Amino acid sequence: MHKALQLEPEKCTGCLQCEMACSYENESVFNPSKSRIKVFTFHDEGRFAPYTCSQCSEAWCLHACPVEAIVINQKTGAKEVIEDICVGCKVCTIACPFGTVNYNSDSGKVIKCDLCGGEPACAEACPTGAITYVDADHTGLARMKAHASQSIPK
Amino acid sequence: MAWTKKILRVNLTDGTCKAEPLNMDWALKYLGQRGLASKYLAEEINPKIDALSPANKLIMATGPLTGTMAATGGRYSVITKSPLTGTIACSNSGGFIGNEIKNAGFDMIIFEGRSPTPVYLYLENDSAELLSATALWGKSVWETDELLHTMHQDPLLRIACVGRSAEQGCLYAGVVNDLHRAAGRSGVGTVMASKNLKAVAVRGTKGVGNIRDAKQFMKATQTAKRVLAGNPVTGEGLPKMGTQVLMNVINEVGAMPTRNMREVQFEGANRISAEAMHIPRESDGKPNLTTNAACFGCTIACGRISTIDPKHYTIVNKPEYMGANGGLEFEAAWALGSDTGVDDLDALTYANFICNEDGFDPISFGSTVAAAMEMYEIGALTKADTGGIEMKFGSAEALTRAAELVAKGEGFGRELALGSKRLCEKYGHPELSMTVKGQEFPAYDPRGIQGMGLTYATSNRGACHLRSYTVSSEILGVPIKTDPLETDGKPELVKAFQDATAAVDSTGLCVFTTFAWTLEDIAPQVDAACDGGWSSESMMEAGERIWNLERQFNLDAGLTKADDTLPKRLLKDAAKTGPAKGRVNDLHKMLPHYYEIRGWTTDGVPTAATMNRLGV
Repeated sequence: MHKALQLEPEKCTGCLQCEMACSYENESVFNPSKSRIKVFTFHDEGRFAPYTCSQCSEAWCLHACPVEAIVINQKTGAKEVIEDICVGCKVCTIACPFGTVNYNSDSGKVIKCDLCGGEPACAEACPTGAITYVDADHTGLARMKAHASQSIPK
Repeated sequence: MAWTKKILRVNLTDGTCKAEPLNMDWALKYLGQRGLASKYLAEEINPKIDALSPANKLIMATGPLTGTMAATGGRYSVITKSPLTGTIACSNSGGFIGNEIKNAGFDMIIFEGRSPTPVYLYLENDSAELLSATALWGKSVWETDELLHTMHQDPLLRIACVGRSAEQGCLYAGVVNDLHRAAGRSGVGTVMASKNLKAVAVRGTKGVGNIRDAKQFMKATQTAKRVLAGNPVTGEGLPKMGTQVLMNVINEVGAMPTRNMREVQFEGANRISAEAMHIPRESDGKPNLTTNAACFGCTIACGRISTIDPKHYTIVNKPEYMGANGGLEFEAAWALGSDTGVDDLDALTYANFICNEDGFDPISFGSTVAAAMEMYEIGALTKADTGGIEMKFGSAEALTRAAELVAKGEGFGRELALGSKRLCEKYGHPELSMTVKGQEFPAYDPRGIQGMGLTYATSNRGACHLRSYTVSSEILGVPIKTDPLETDGKPELVKAFQDATAAVDSTGLCVFTTFAWTLEDIAPQVDAACDGGWSSESMMEAGERIWNLERQFNLDAGLTKADDTLPKRLLKDAAKTGPAKGRVNDLHKMLPHYYEIRGWTTDGVPTAATMNRLGV
């Protein structure tokens, strides 16, 4: 069973613990600018939204890569960048419709979410449950349950 | 080792920016942020100088845990000599700028001199330059923030700046970062503006590393986060209600300063409380509170994001105030509300927006308006003085008009911008100024909470609740419950809170964690990150060292024992209602013993033995 990151913006407070956890896991320093997950602030609305790669089945980035540096991790379903193969051409960053693959000028390679091999550090660090790691086939379960509750006899 | 070990020195007179190594001998004794920057300031300026002269310096300082995964590790402070009090000033802020400075590779930035023309500092990792701020001068904080993001085409820039109030010389102007977080007290923004420094725009991408024992650090911070999550105040009360959770509590114990501290309970408290912020309004069905919000790295998230009722008189035809923005914290709600007798939640929220928009301290502003209202009531101030404003207690219109005038430095706003002490002196009623060392009181009446009287009288930056928040013990029972009406044991309590707080303020962590954490929770995080072998004992000692350093600065600046006092109203006029009815603050019972346990002379001067013991 594959799992997926479930993002619930209504629970996010904008603390960026996820960005620090991600950069620490991947770069061994606390550095939001190198995080694979980003939290966006919508100031006038007073809202926050975490956003990262949704691990598309037919992944644009994977198909666009001219050197086959992006591969599927069979265990997690994540599309992972093989750093040794990546040539930093950035075509995948153009191909991704969601902007979740990005170039890292320090390494000259691209970076994207790889689900931390099945234990995503962002979900572990999120203090409010805005980021959870759940059954990939049922990311709508909590919302379904909330709506279902409206149909039970009161 | 958590420190970047580098500071940036910006000479505004010469227009130069130079990196230099951090003095690690001092870092091991004063940690960072408040402590370490105070040490730098005390070493580098003459405490007697005019705070608004080029000889003053202004330091923006992070702590060793700023920018790390430690919960609340995003704080920074602005340290300078205060134009409001003449004492050392240290104002602490959250938001995101502290982390950005650290990520750019610096522990602190020292500004010295005065630029001949308006400038801002643009800092991108190792590249620091002063750029012209001519186009920004005269703009509000919100306009400046937007302009800088547009000019640099960088949505990720973090910005701290001063508003129009600071440019116009308001003596309690702050430095606002990330639109509505502020190093708000003691006029640190006034000093920044006096240097012709409009803003600091930072982009840091280096990362914060140098953790002494990274594995241990992650373990210690995770353990500490669980303590915050499991505590009823930090895990539930603050995220849901914000600091405003205190409004009804403090009112019930009879410690809610009301109408310029004439009374100790406010009949309108429940209309401006946290609970009121949750009630949907008629016009659009939305409550005042949109959401809670976190500063960088904070797992508590006590921040308030609010909107004003779209039909409220304050914002009709003003779309710029219709979106969500920084909402009322308890201190702002108290000062703008109960102290002025105004119970209109939307008017208070609007005044709070204006304080953010043009960068001035809502505590000092609200208290100054309250003093003006009392002088108006007794006829010492007239409409001719106020430019036609009816400065009556309870008038929302007077409050919001006053905020607009202080923001821009116009009309009667120019006098309100001088603070309560100078305003009351000018109109012949110095006794009506509710200040210590020239700084206005925060929201706890010391007649109902005795330890807070000693806290205010001895605070190194004038009246302030954040120097030793004994409310924690006296009202909330954290870490142990003491009787708020008792004076015995309070000198010891105040000293312990002062020292512990000075240490926490020097780490990069938020003092609100101490509703749940003691130094036993904090020291393991600091120790895992930093060299120096940190324990709760060594942190207490560092705190005591910092306290004495600040004290000595103030004595050298010319303050004396006579400044360690409270306004007569709090010492002579008894509380009229509530549990403290009939009580005044018994400062005289606490102060001599406080000096004694501090190791100070009967004149409040640290003895040579004390200074040697602490290695100040």
